Amino acid sequence: MRDVAVIGVGMQKWGELWEKSLRDIYVEAALLAIDDAGVDHIDSMYVGCMSSGLFTYQEHIGSVLADYLGQRFIPSTRVESACAAGGLAFRLAYIEVASGVSDIVMAGGVEKMTDVSGSEATNALATAADVDWEGVHGATFPGLYAMMAVAHMHRYKTTREQLAMVAVKNHRNGAKNPRAQFRMEIDVEAVINSVKVADPLNILDCSPITDGAAAAVLVPAEMAGKFNKGGVKVIGSGHATDTIALHAREDLTTIRAATEAAKRAYEMAGLKPEQIDLAEVHDCFTIAEIVVNESIGFFEPGQGGPAVEAGATDIGGSIPVNCSGGLKSKGHPVGATGVAQIVELVEQIRGESGPRQVENARVGLAQNMGGSGGSSVVHILEGM
Amino acid sequence: MPPSSAWRHYPQRYRLEAARCTGCGKVFFPPRLVCDKCGSRKSEVFRLKPFGTLATYTVIRTPSERFSLEAPFALGIVNMEDGVRLTAQIADASFDELEVGMPVKLEFRRLYSEGDAGTIHYGHKAVPVRD
Repeated sequence: MRDVAVIGVGMQKWGELWEKSLRDIYVEAALLAIDDAGVDHIDSMYVGCMSSGLFTYQEHIGSVLADYLGQRFIPSTRVESACAAGGLAFRLAYIEVASGVSDIVMAGGVEKMTDVSGSEATNALATAADVDWEGVHGATFPGLYAMMAVAHMHRYKTTREQLAMVAVKNHRNGAKNPRAQFRMEIDVEAVINSVKVADPLNILDCSPITDGAAAAVLVPAEMAGKFNKGGVKVIGSGHATDTIALHAREDLTTIRAATEAAKRAYEMAGLKPEQIDLAEVHDCFTIAEIVVNESIGFFEPGQGGPAVEAGATDIGGSIPVNCSGGLKSKGHPVGATGVAQIVELVEQIRGESGPRQVENARVGLAQNMGGSGGSSVVHILEGM
Repeated sequence: MPPSSAWRHYPQRYRLEAARCTGCGKVFFPPRLVCDKCGSRKSEVFRLKPFGTLATYTVIRTPSERFSLEAPFALGIVNMEDGVRLTAQIADASFDELEVGMPVKLEFRRLYSEGDAGTIHYGHKAVPVRD
């Protein structure tokens, strides 16, 4: 296995991009990554996308996107693992470079979610849950995470305010990110008084519906020095699956797939959770960030709520989480999210993050998740 | 939902048919072809006793399209007496009385219908057990 580095990243400002099609959105981000890297071609490409079919009625997008990127005839693979599609695309690109099969591989992610109505989008997203045994009873994604929240609050006395503080922090960070969808700061009161979605979660506990793409270029680490900005090394990669029905898991207050994926990534990197300088984690809902922070070992079970309250996950805290604004503020075009996490880590490690820069950011962790935790992908990156 | 899919699930939706692994006794709802605990491919079908307790719950205020006329409604995960969990709506309960550990009974109810002339789907909902 060869060491692998990321030499370029790109993403546009996310939001409701009415004037842009799925292929335009993807190519825009991919070209930014190609320019950032300074490569003149790519050998192969993986694209994470949850459901171009349900969101835009177009499948077979591996070919469409390679073609429109001006890379006709390259091997191009569309990857699906619900909202973890992007992280998984990055992992497959990593494996292809590490194995020696290809030298310059793009990992991208894209989702065009606003061509359908809100309820159609909700239906499309609901296919990431167990359609036959959850959806048929009226379970929605906010509903599933709400049930995790109730279980967590019951067991650990996590408070409603602590959930809200996750959204407040992520909006504070996102306000400093020019590419974030929602760049306004909010307070705890606003979250608690916002429209109810699934008790105890309100609209400001939920990540939004977003159009967007992100891309990264990976090469063998020994080649990285030949390009524009050098490389950021991929030192850990882990992927795990679990039952997609929340009720079928033994413990409703933790996300085992995240734990298993993180364990594999930590082992590969030879690092412990306390050696991570910053992290991007999958805050699709406020409770998700608290549960994931515990599941991947940043805090003991039950301490995720008190930790956000104490500021441990703030920029400047012991483990800054979601400096980009996270899914909550930056937006959540589901297939793109996992790659956008990599974009943030690479820029932070290069010291390019401006007002939200974490001091001495050298080792970053990205945790991406599908559904209510039916899949998770974790990567650890280190400056070279 | 396609009629074939609805029909295929009648044993579970209508009769709560589960499977008990003959190798290790693990219970599956719905039944599976292979046990994830012992690897056995043999199991026997039995009907779940319709009693359990709430493991967790929520009140869905923003529903999926299919349930747009039903919201708000309560949804829960039930720890069944037979040692398996399932998701079900909670009926005949005020939202205020919901709590973790609350005893419930599964009753046969209408889940949803597909428009005025489409299929009516039935299944089970959890209702509080009252002394």
